[in-house]
Amino acid sequence: MSSAGEHRIAGVGRLTPANPVRFTFDGKAYSGLQGDTIASALIASGVHLVGRSFKYHRPRGILSDGPEEPNALVGVRRDAARATPNVRATVQEIYDGLNAVSQNRWPSLSFDVGAVNDIASPLFSAGFYYKTFMWPKVAWEHVYEPFIRNAAGLGQAPTEPDPDHYAAQYAHCDVLVIGGGVAGLSAALAAAESGARVILCDERAAFGGALRFEAEARLDGKPGYDWAQDAAATLAAMDNVRILSRTTAFGYYAQNFVGLAERVTEHLAAPAADAPRERLWQVRAGRVIIAAGAIERHMVFANNDRPGIMLASAARTFLNHHGVAVGRKVGVYTANDSAYAAAIDLKKAGIDIPAIVDVRDNPQGSAIDEARAFGIRVLTGHAVTGTGGKLRVASMIVEPNKGGAAEIIPVDALIMSAGWTPSVHMFSQSRGKVAWDAATERFLPGTYAQDCVSIGACNGTDRLEESVSEAIAAGESAAKATRKRAKKSKVKIAVEGGGDWTGSMLGAGPNGANGKVIKAFVDFQNDVTAKDIRLAVQEGMHSIEHVKRFTTNGMATDQGKLSNLHGLAIAAEALGREIPKVGLTTFRAPYTPTTFGAIVGHARGELFDPARHTPMHESEVAAGAVFEDVGPWKRAWYYPRAGEDMHAAVNRECRTVREVAGMFDATTLGKIEVVGPDAAEFLNLIYTNPFLKLGVGRLRYGIMCREDGFIYDDGVVGRMAEDRFHVTTTTGGAPRVLQHMEDYLQTEFPHMKVWLTSTTEQWAVIAVQGPKAREIIEPFVEGIDLSNEAFPHMSVREGTFCGVPTRLFRMSFTGETGFEINVPADYGRQVWEKVYERGKSMGMCLYGTETMHVLRAEKGYIIVGQDTDGTVTPYDAGLGWAVGKNKTDFVGIRGLKRPDLVADGRRQLVGLKVKDGKTVLEEGAQIVADPNQPVPMKMIGWVSSSYWSENCGRPIALALVEGGFERMGRTLYVPMPDRAIEVEVTGTVFFDEEGGRING
Amino acid sequence: MVEATTLQRTLPLEGRVSSGPRVTIRPAPTAQRVSLRASADAVSAVSKGLGVDLPITPKQSARAGARAVLWLGPDEWLVIEEGERDLLADLGRAKALYSAVDVSHRNTAIVVSGPAAADTLNAGCPQDLSLEAFPVGACSRTVLGKIEIVLYRTAEDVFRVECWRSFSQYAFAFLAEAARAR
Repeated sequence: MSSAGEHRIAGVGRLTPANPVRFTFDGKAYSGLQGDTIASALIASGVHLVGRSFKYHRPRGILSDGPEEPNALVGVRRDAARATPNVRATVQEIYDGLNAVSQNRWPSLSFDVGAVNDIASPLFSAGFYYKTFMWPKVAWEHVYEPFIRNAAGLGQAPTEPDPDHYAAQYAHCDVLVIGGGVAGLSAALAAAESGARVILCDERAAFGGALRFEAEARLDGKPGYDWAQDAAATLAAMDNVRILSRTTAFGYYAQNFVGLAERVTEHLAAPAADAPRERLWQVRAGRVIIAAGAIERHMVFANNDRPGIMLASAARTFLNHHGVAVGRKVGVYTANDSAYAAAIDLKKAGIDIPAIVDVRDNPQGSAIDEARAFGIRVLTGHAVTGTGGKLRVASMIVEPNKGGAAEIIPVDALIMSAGWTPSVHMFSQSRGKVAWDAATERFLPGTYAQDCVSIGACNGTDRLEESVSEAIAAGESAAKATRKRAKKSKVKIAVEGGGDWTGSMLGAGPNGANGKVIKAFVDFQNDVTAKDIRLAVQEGMHSIEHVKRFTTNGMATDQGKLSNLHGLAIAAEALGREIPKVGLTTFRAPYTPTTFGAIVGHARGELFDPARHTPMHESEVAAGAVFEDVGPWKRAWYYPRAGEDMHAAVNRECRTVREVAGMFDATTLGKIEVVGPDAAEFLNLIYTNPFLKLGVGRLRYGIMCREDGFIYDDGVVGRMAEDRFHVTTTTGGAPRVLQHMEDYLQTEFPHMKVWLTSTTEQWAVIAVQGPKAREIIEPFVEGIDLSNEAFPHMSVREGTFCGVPTRLFRMSFTGETGFEINVPADYGRQVWEKVYERGKSMGMCLYGTETMHVLRAEKGYIIVGQDTDGTVTPYDAGLGWAVGKNKTDFVGIRGLKRPDLVADGRRQLVGLKVKDGKTVLEEGAQIVADPNQPVPMKMIGWVSSSYWSENCGRPIALALVEGGFERMGRTLYVPMPDRAIEVEVTGTVFFDEEGGRING
Repeated sequence: MVEATTLQRTLPLEGRVSSGPRVTIRPAPTAQRVSLRASADAVSAVSKGLGVDLPITPKQSARAGARAVLWLGPDEWLVIEEGERDLLADLGRAKALYSAVDVSHRNTAIVVSGPAAADTLNAGCPQDLSLEAFPVGACSRTVLGKIEIVLYRTAEDVFRVECWRSFSQYAFAFLAEAARAR
């Protein structure tokens, strides 16, 4: 007996006994060999019971040896943060220290309380959810939903954040080959040797596909599997080939865009710290060669789900690759020749084969003859109609199809094959249409929708020799189609042997669907039986899409790789229609479950979304700023001093700006350089204001409308030269304003010689505002006369500031004397520090966006997007003065003349004075004329901006009110849950109504 | 009173470097940059002023000494001067209609070099960066993860990534993360 399991047969298989691997399953220690999966290693130790089924909690074993596995799902746990549920035991390779646990059982795998569902199963038939969880309504919250949530899904998600990192990679190639079996390898060799750039991927750890179990095949005189390893090594050594193992092509999208998920470290005991756990490949291929192989189907008969019952090809892989016998006394039930090959291999390895039960009356072929020659009892025209055993199959019940005595044959494993289903998933995902081949009872690729080709078993090409020649031709022609100077490849592969199997069975075997409580499973993962599908048809589901949803057949995470065709055949039979008339459900991505980690890739933490910082950010951090998000920007919100809350800090900042001065980071405002001989003409069309006569060195506040006449953005525009303007936009509006301008330039005004360049980030912008602003900046400025006469409000000059070039703007968003210092961005921080150092000594403060908002509201300056909502015209906002009276055209001029936009009763921007003098209104609060009217009240407007104004000593608010300009001095009400707040309609300027301070 | 000061530039990626066996990521030195816009009839005059023939084919660049001109669109180029010659002054000599806007501080650049440079960029850039499709001298305005960049291949295994200043932290962090385990 080997230390790597008592069912390991010495001298059989390809694994090396010198490489033992230790792991645990449900806390018990096991030993396997390097190259084992959890499944093969457990079977080597005689363990077949690995989980409980989803609905009935029936004991379940290992059904397959690959990604199609519906049953053997386990949890793999490295630590609390790295606990992965629903790992297929047939795919997960073991490593030293691997810790696997079974799922869906309590308290233990062999004794599970939930198994009561199995006994109560008549209650849980198809459509159970739809029928049961109907009424009473209150039961939803307390009974049904908790029940469904508890029962939904298998396994336990980790409770801690995923500490691993996931990589992403875009790749391009001439030819992408999906599947690294004999066909895929041959095609990749042919394409690569023709000179094409090739990517070859395979979901398994090693290449070779069916050559893992197909022991007889020889290629180029070598055993097939050895040839596959050599072919993979040849490809890996070529510069024009990228070869990816453990990589699943999970999604086929438009224009040959294919998603691949590579599992980089899931098989390693101690992954390198920097290695990504998975890598998502997004591949754009000239042509895709699909070599996805075929998937063996199970037989549908009563109690076909006991542990120890598995696919014949799986048993053969466990034997020929892993050196593991699936039992000592192995029964066979088949409708296909391939199970004979498995039986013969087991027999040769010394395993007892009590009988091959073949549902076909008179199967012919060398495999059958050979089985008889080995002395195996072959029962043709018989069926397995049931099995015995509890946690492991113990016997099979065999009956002649024509009737007669049943025989109970003791077995400890039962292998089966109902034939092979070509894997058309990827082809179907590419939007190709499958076609039914009646002779072989299978769907094959029919009409192609993209530049791809299917080869080998997934294309219905059965014979090895034909697969290889088809693959070479496909590889060469793909190279020729995608590459101008493709060479003729010299790939020639000599083929001997390989199975030539026929036979297929779709749907339930004899007696499989009779009787009330017979459970002949079609879909193992969702516990769907043949009877359920018949019931669905009886209850009126006539489309396969309805049958699927009613029974949940094929809706589990295995996407019905084994069950779809059986379910379809049973439904077709019950409906009395042919299979292609009933139709096939659509295959959708992902082919196998793909983790969120792989899809998210690098986009987490600081890489989830870019955070934009201004050049002065670090200085603001050092000054204790609290930041707010404005789009992707981090803007200083307010600068609290020790002991100050936000309210106190903002009050102090507001007061200081008006009494002394304040400094503000205005870098995030959008900036666009508009250059060209037609620049003034262009801006004259884009803005409502007149721009033709704006002098060089002058600024103008501009309003920009959409074609419909509503305000789109605003900002200050400076004329730097006859043909050059410095345009500013709102922070959030910067990208869309540039796009809006570019759009008009290219579509409406293409004759204009104007070019637009974003300069938002070229300039750091430092606003210094307040009575002492000039005095503060004066020592730093050279080349500009700062006197009020030479440099009045709303002008711009070029010179130097602290010795660096500046565009100095004399402007104000506070109503105070103000300057905005534009310097090249890399100088921003040093200039900020210099000005702050001097300003601080004179009593100046730093202020953030909150104070900026309050100060501008005190002056009634609007914020587009806060005091406008996309339905506000310049006239509504009280900015009619900004619309050029003599202009014959601008964007929005016709919109502004629409009847609705000039009608009475439009919402207009007004100020609100709260009568109690202390209540700060809630922004967004509705406004009514009569607070005593019945609910629902007629709303006549809403509060758009509202603050406590320390400078006014009272709350201030702006609001959009129907006919607001006509309501000046009237009393309106803001209804709140506890009371209605009385307000008076006022003008929008609350501070320094004469506006003298700005010119100080 | 004017304070006589010589201000230092504060560079957004000052001191950052990420280096591994197969790829190194570091900020490029400062450079003069101009966003140049001109129509077809101005190309030869502007080329003469710049001393570099403006490329007129997509994805191509031209270079003379420390000056590179990158084609970004049918009437748009990014000019990068890594030497001392005054870019705007040279352009000023061109007798033609064009727009030149100084973007020296708007953009910053990251140099990605080493045998795994292309793979590192392909973590977030969907373009085909094989030498065949993106040879030395190729350039393109494209994306890196969630941001826009201008990518310029200066040698077989050296790329220059130009991005806007405030996106450079993201760009650097993305590249450094993508470079892990290469």
